[in-house]
Amino acid sequence: MVTEIPPAPSLPKGGEAPLKLEIRDLSIGYGGRTVLGGVNLGIHEHEIFGIIGPANAGKTSFLKSINRMDMFDPDMRVEGDILFNGRDVRQWRNVYALRSRIGVVFPLPVGLPMSIYDNVALSPRLKGVREKAELDVIVERCLTRAALWDEVKDRLHSLGSLLSGGQQQRLTIARALSQEPELLMLDEFSIAVDPVTTMRIEDVLKELKQEMTIILVTNLVQQARRLADRTAFFLEGACVEIADTEDLFTGRTRDSRTRDYVEGRFG
Amino acid sequence: MAGASGIGGRGDHHFDRRNLDWYIDRAVQALVFLGGISAIVFIIGIFVFITKEGMGFLLETVDFQEFFTSPYWYPSDEDAPEYGILALIAGTASVTGLAMVVAIPFSLGAAIFIAEFADGRLREWLKILVELLAAIPSVVWGFVGLTIMNPLIIDLFDVPVGLNVLNAGIILGLMAAPIMTSIAEDALKAVPDRYREAAEALGATRWQVIFRTVLPAAKNGLLGAVLLGVGRGFGETMAVLMATGHAVNLPTSVFDSVRALTATIAAELGETAVGSDHYQALFTIGIFLFLITFLINLTADLIVRGIRKS
Ligand SMILES: Nc1ncnc2c1ncn2[C@@H]1O[C@H](COP(=O)(O)OP(=O)(O)OP(=O)(O)O)[C@@H](O)[C@H]1O
Ligand SMILES: [Mg+2]
Repeated sequence: MVTEIPPAPSLPKGGEAPLKLEIRDLSIGYGGRTVLGGVNLGIHEHEIFGIIGPANAGKTSFLKSINRMDMFDPDMRVEGDILFNGRDVRQWRNVYALRSRIGVVFPLPVGLPMSIYDNVALSPRLKGVREKAELDVIVERCLTRAALWDEVKDRLHSLGSLLSGGQQQRLTIARALSQEPELLMLDEFSIAVDPVTTMRIEDVLKELKQEMTIILVTNLVQQARRLADRTAFFLEGACVEIADTEDLFTGRTRDSRTRDYVEGRFG
Repeated sequence: MAGASGIGGRGDHHFDRRNLDWYIDRAVQALVFLGGISAIVFIIGIFVFITKEGMGFLLETVDFQEFFTSPYWYPSDEDAPEYGILALIAGTASVTGLAMVVAIPFSLGAAIFIAEFADGRLREWLKILVELLAAIPSVVWGFVGLTIMNPLIIDLFDVPVGLNVLNAGIILGLMAAPIMTSIAEDALKAVPDRYREAAEALGATRWQVIFRTVLPAAKNGLLGAVLLGVGRGFGETMAVLMATGHAVNLPTSVFDSVRALTATIAAELGETAVGSDHYQALFTIGIFLFLITFLINLTADLIVRGIRKS
């Protein structure tokens, strides 16, 4: 279905770019049951870091621990170090400031029940931007980058929750961009999006890499191949392998399970 | 369940639809239908009855304009009885208005606390408490107005009587708050968690999430809660009768005694001769109240229904 596209160029090995995110001995559990353990990895600035793996691998839980969404869930237990800009996320006294630097796109689109404009202007407003002209600029820029501007520019003031699923997902992405995040985490963003739109968003992501670090959780292994510089393979609560995406997709894997998964010979 | 198995339930006798299940099903359908129909019949019946009793008066004895705009309600004056309900409308409206001023912040605050902050045990206990409060009979509230609020108001504000708009407004506000809390809480709970998570992921604080996302998303339900409270205020009789002072009066301050539409009917109907002008005038008030509460409740219901659908 998807034509072969040459893999994204990987960062030079050894990665001289500084670490945006460093994970040490991370383990996550819910009410005594450990669902992810022994994760050690570092993500460089301006890198697209792919995470692939079957359902139940702990990918979403991993993302949740990074922007402290575990706070919503009294059952969720996170141990180990999660260093964002070198500082453990649990030591940020102001968790809201931390979250405002990390954009998240959930698997299912969430158009907040307010106008399209207000959806995108929400985060700048939370940060205290009041000026209408300034907000207009932000809204247009973010919607344009999320490949949605042309479709909604004439109805910015209609309800965001009335857009189609694919449009709402792009709205969600625009909203995440309006935070001007340093780190953008996408969790299976293309689940509710058609292939054409997916491609457009992927192009956007390639550009965004210039400005931010991106973690891309995906269950489309080819998507990881198209976008990610390096890719991690999560399986049943463990991080089995982290490799340059190119290596991963050309059979140079350390673990045979990774190759089986990547080549679609799994289970 | 038990009855069906003897005859051979679904599955083995496809050709025989008329087993016990079928009859039970039909019987239940008929009962539910009767129940629904009778509710409608009763409402229409009541409306027809009060209309019939009051209509003659409205059409013949008094003109609409005087009835609604005259502040003089002196039905028992032997020479020249006057039937003007403006003061009664003002009484009901002022008490209900003050009640909402009391009840809206209370119930909204309580609903926000229960829905957004309390969890587990505490939440369950609070919900039970709210239901209990909603179940307190109105005559008990009237009692509180008469024996606690009355002296309290006299002491605090140094006024001669404590049975007035302030007293009844507070009592009615406290009475309406539990049911409003409960509906407002439902409306807040109906806001999907993904909205909250999306807003929190943007870096919104707890309060920002509530004020920017949850309340706007729940606004129809909250409006419905307020309207039901208003409906309750218009319809409440006993507590208002006991706490307002029951004096025909166009209030100019919250310390004035007033008389409510409902209380007037309750207090006077027993003493009037069936079919007399006074009797018919009271029924006309009944029609008026019926229409108003019906409209308010209908609007509230449509609004609340609106959120359920979307
Ligand atoms: N809120 C929660 N409470 C309890 N257990 C949870 C919760 N969220 C996730 N889990 C459990 O954690 C494990 C990992 O779930 P997670 O959502 O991280 O997997 P995933 O890799 O994202 O899967 P998918 O590809 O299906 O999205 C699962 O066994 C799941 O049941
Ligand atoms: Mg997931």
